Amino acid sequence: MAEQKTVTFIITRQDSPDSAPYEETFHVPYRKNMNVISGLMEIQKNPVNAKGEKTTPVKWDMNCLEEVCGACSMVINGTARQSCAALVDHLEHPIRLAPMDTFPVVRDLVIDRERMFDALKQIKAWIPIDGTYDLGPGPRMPEKKRQWAYELSKCMTCGVCLEACPNVNDKNDFFGPAAISQARLFNAHPTGEMNKSERLEGLMEKGGLVGCGNAQNCVQVCPKGIPLTTSIAAMNRATVVQSFKNFFGSDNAH
Amino acid sequence: MVDHREYFYRRLHSLLGVVPIGIFVVQHLIVNHFVVYGEESFNKAANFMGSLPFVLALETFVIYLPILFHAILGVYLVLNTRNNPRRYGFFRNWMFLLQRVTGIITLIFIAWHVWQTRVQVALGNTEVNFQLMEGILTQPFYFWFYLISIIAVVFHLANGLWSFCVSWGIAQSPRSQQIVTYATIIVFLVVSYIGIRTIIEFV
Repeated sequence: MAEQKTVTFIITRQDSPDSAPYEETFHVPYRKNMNVISGLMEIQKNPVNAKGEKTTPVKWDMNCLEEVCGACSMVINGTARQSCAALVDHLEHPIRLAPMDTFPVVRDLVIDRERMFDALKQIKAWIPIDGTYDLGPGPRMPEKKRQWAYELSKCMTCGVCLEACPNVNDKNDFFGPAAISQARLFNAHPTGEMNKSERLEGLMEKGGLVGCGNAQNCVQVCPKGIPLTTSIAAMNRATVVQSFKNFFGSDNAH
Repeated sequence: MVDHREYFYRRLHSLLGVVPIGIFVVQHLIVNHFVVYGEESFNKAANFMGSLPFVLALETFVIYLPILFHAILGVYLVLNTRNNPRRYGFFRNWMFLLQRVTGIITLIFIAWHVWQTRVQVALGNTEVNFQLMEGILTQPFYFWFYLISIIAVVFHLANGLWSFCVSWGIAQSPRSQQIVTYATIIVFLVVSYIGIRTIIEFV
């Protein structure tokens, strides 16, 4: 039988949140059409590194396996992306995997994206419809606007835009482009619009949209092609208008 | 209002960079350009600027305080950034890095320039005139220092105009941001020309 073809993975590993990262190499049997995750699964099945030593299986995060949930994001050959959608046949070899270390590393390739979810809370990225009685149907959304909003709604909080952003780091509390675009999405919704100012206030709070320095990496790397920088500029205008209303306006009924 | 201080300071930082600092820089370079029409012409213009009514108040509120604020917050912003153009080598990411580099060059240059000119005048060591600048710019080190610094200052202004337009939500669509990029390139070229033409005249 011909020699089994293998794929080499060089993985940046870390045993605990506080320990130092190190690299470990693995040779994994090749299969046709495999993606990075199936390679990681092979390592999990047989956690032996390139030197033939038995080691701990590499940990990573995943869920949907179809580039919708955002959980499996990692830095693959220097670029942050989803490992489920990274096909081995399309990658340069050896394949280098590293965690998106803009975020706190939990273990190996597992990161903690909590700052993104905190940001969504800060900007109230939801539409409050709960009440003590049935409020009835909300206003309708024009089809053209719905199609436009659908593009913004594709955000899966994957963190790739934060990883690419020079202003998102451990010295800076900027919450990143994703939440800014979500504020725009919910403010565009006919019902969500009723709480527009609350989201804009959230954007104006600490860590909010003024943390953006317009490096515009986010829009280049977004796996969903979301117009993040247009969203940022649009929210810049909206918050300017809001702050003028707050200061010069007659009352706070907006 | 909850904690909107960061928001306010960043907006103020962006505004001050254009009004009054940007306007002042362009005005300063245009007035200096009088040297092209001769030594006499330059001295007359410098004299006029120096003898404006309320000159100290104008300098303080239009120049010193805005620049001081813009510089202090600017250095803070530089320190809070992790530049990554090697991994993400997009045009705007390079501009982002250059904006910070030219900002620091500008800060060093302004400190030096104010010390060499305004402070020396205040101490009574010299007067603002053609001889003062000729004395500085005929030394090769200062000539190149001024030349590079002027280009850096104008870059910082022109690219800053672009991010001003984005940060205030004036240019939102990718197309409009692209057009503003072209416009600011023209601003960079024109204002750089004025500045460089001026210092060459002193040598």
